Amino acid sequence: MARVAFRRLLSAIPVLLIVSLISFGLMRLIPGDPAAAIAGVSATPAQIEQLRRDLGLDQPIYMQLLDYYQGLARGDLGRSLLLGKGVFAATMERLPVTIGLSLYALVFTLLIGIASGIVAALRQNSWIDQAAMMFAMIGISVPNFFLGLLMIILFAVHLGWLPSGGYVAFSQDPAGWLASTTMPAFSLALLQAGLLARITRSSMLEVLRQDYIRTARAKGLPQRKVVLKHALSNALIPIVTVVGIIVSLLLSGAVVTEALFSLPGMGQLLTQAVLSRDYPMVQGGLLLVTTFLVLVNITVDTLYAVLDPRVRYE
Amino acid sequence: MNLLEVRGLTTAFMTGRGEVNAIEEVSFSLKEGEILGIVGESGSGKSVTALTVMGLLPQPPARVAAGEVVFNGQNLTRMSDRDMQRIRGPGISMIFQEPMTSLNPVFSIGDQIMETIAAHERLSQADLRKRAIDMLDKVGIPSASKRLDDYPHQMSGGQRQRVMIAMALACNPKLLIADEPTTALDVTIQAQILDLLMDLRDEFGMAIMIITHNMGVIAETADRVLVMYAGRVIEEAPVAQVFDRPLHPYTRGLLECVPSLTEDKPRLVAIPGTLPEPARRPPGCRFAPRCSHALPACSEAIPGLELLEPAHTVACFRAQELAPA
Repeated sequence: MARVAFRRLLSAIPVLLIVSLISFGLMRLIPGDPAAAIAGVSATPAQIEQLRRDLGLDQPIYMQLLDYYQGLARGDLGRSLLLGKGVFAATMERLPVTIGLSLYALVFTLLIGIASGIVAALRQNSWIDQAAMMFAMIGISVPNFFLGLLMIILFAVHLGWLPSGGYVAFSQDPAGWLASTTMPAFSLALLQAGLLARITRSSMLEVLRQDYIRTARAKGLPQRKVVLKHALSNALIPIVTVVGIIVSLLLSGAVVTEALFSLPGMGQLLTQAVLSRDYPMVQGGLLLVTTFLVLVNITVDTLYAVLDPRVRYE
Repeated sequence: MNLLEVRGLTTAFMTGRGEVNAIEEVSFSLKEGEILGIVGESGSGKSVTALTVMGLLPQPPARVAAGEVVFNGQNLTRMSDRDMQRIRGPGISMIFQEPMTSLNPVFSIGDQIMETIAAHERLSQADLRKRAIDMLDKVGIPSASKRLDDYPHQMSGGQRQRVMIAMALACNPKLLIADEPTTALDVTIQAQILDLLMDLRDEFGMAIMIITHNMGVIAETADRVLVMYAGRVIEEAPVAQVFDRPLHPYTRGLLECVPSLTEDKPRLVAIPGTLPEPARRPPGCRFAPRCSHALPACSEAIPGLELLEPAHTVACFRAQELAPA
C-alpha cells in the first residue's frame, strides 16, 4: 500500500511542473499590464515604467520563467504584487476556507449520494427508486448559484435560521463555522450528490447481480451484512474514482459559491488576482490548489489498494 | 420422516409476456444422508428448483405459485426471510457452478468462512479461526492456517471450489445442495471434487442434492435420480435402475448421448430439436415434439408421474409398452 502511494507521489512531480508552466504561460497571454493595474489610473507613464522594472516585468519571458523556477526550487512562491505579502502566506489565509467548504460539501455529497443510491438500488423500479432518481436529476439540473439564492431567500431572509453570508473560522467558533458554511456547502453538494446517487445506484445494481452476493445469502447472512459488507465494499471501487473527480469539481464550484455567500476563500483571492494581473499570486495560488488536488488523487489511488486486494498484490 | 419434502412445487417468473412457470408440480423427497441427483439439460428447471428450496430467488419477479417445501418438518415456502436466514447455513447450504465468481473478491477466504460460522454460532475470534482452519484442512487445502488470509484471486478454480465447500459445510448442514459443482472445472479436478464430496458425506452425514447435466456425475455419486425436462419431473428411480432400465424416452436419449469406450457406437446419438423456452412449451407432454415414439394423444394431455416398477416412477403415456423386456 505504501508502495502504491510512493509511486503516485513520484508521478505527481511532472504534473505539478506542467501546471506551473501552464499557469505561467496563460497569465502572460492575457492582455493587460500588472504594473499599470497596480499603479492605478492616476499614475504617470514614468511611474508605471519604474514599477515594471521593480517587479522584474521588463525582463524577457524566459528570464522571468527562470526566475520563477529558481524561486520554486528554494520553496519561494514569490510575493503578491497586489497584497504586498508572500503568496504562500496569502494562500494559507484563504485555502482553509475553501478546503473546509469543499470537504463539508463532500460530507453532504457522500451521505446523500451513497445512501440514496443504495436505497434506490435495493428497491429498483419502486416508487422510492423513482423518487430518489428524480431528486438526483433535479440536483444535477439546478445550478449551484440558483439553489444557493433560493436557500438564502428561504433560510436567511424568511426563516432567519442561518446568516446569508460572512464567515467564522472553525478554530474560533465551530458552531459559528457550521452556521456560516452549511448553506454554501449544501448548495455546492447537491449537484454532485445527484451524480453520485446515480453512479452508486448503477454500481450497486451491478454488484447485487454477482454470484458472490448469492453466496452471501446462501450462507444465511442477514440482509444488512449482505448489502453493507459484501455488496457495498465492491460497489465502492468505481464510486471512489468518481469521488476523486467530485472533490476537484467541488473545489472549482466553490469559487462561485464563495462569491454568492461572500466567503473569503481561494475563489475570491484568485478572481481578484486574475483581474489585477497579479502574476505571482495566480501562479502560486494555482500551484498550491493543484498540489492539494494531486494529494486528494493520491489518497484515492491508495484507497483502491485498501478496498481491492487485487490491486494491493499487483 | 423425510429430511426434505417438496410437494407440487410450481415457481413462476413475471416476464414481459406475462407470468411463466419455470418449474411445474415438482415433487420429490430426500432422506437424511441420501444423495439425490437431479439431471436435465440447461433450462430444464434444475437450478430454479434448488434456488426455490433455498428461498434465494428474487421475489419479484419470481413467485412460488403452488406447492410447498418442507424441511425438517418446517414449511419453508411460508417462512419469513429472517427465519430462512437461520435455515441457510446450518440447515441447508449450497455450492454453485462458478467457483471463480462465487467468492467475494475483496475479502480473504478466512473472513468469508468465519463470517458464515459467526452468523449462526456465538464463538470467540480465536475459535472461529480454529474452526475455519479445521474446515480448510478437511477440504484438502494444504497448509490451511497460512492460506486463511489469502484472497480468492490467489487460488485456482479447484481450490476455490474447495473453499466454497468448506464454507458450505462450516455450520454442519443437514442438506447440501450442489448446483453443477464440477461443470466449470478441469476434468482431473472434477473427479477430485466429487471424491471430496463423497468423503465429506461419510464424515458429516449430510444429505446431498447434486444438480448436473452430466450422467457420469450422477452414476458416480447419486443414490437416486430425478430427471427433469422443461420444468417437470419426468422420471425418478434409484440410480442403478435408471441406467439399466430407463423408462422415459428422454432419459434413454440422455443415456445414448454419453460416449462409451466399451460399446461399439459408430456415432453419438443426439436428441433432435431443442428444449422449448418456458413461455413456448407445447401443450401435452413437453417432450412430445422431440420424441420418436410420440402419438397424437401425447400432445393433448400432460402425463402424470406413475409408479411403474418398485421405487421407479415415470411420466410417459407409453412407458409401459415401450419398456425393455
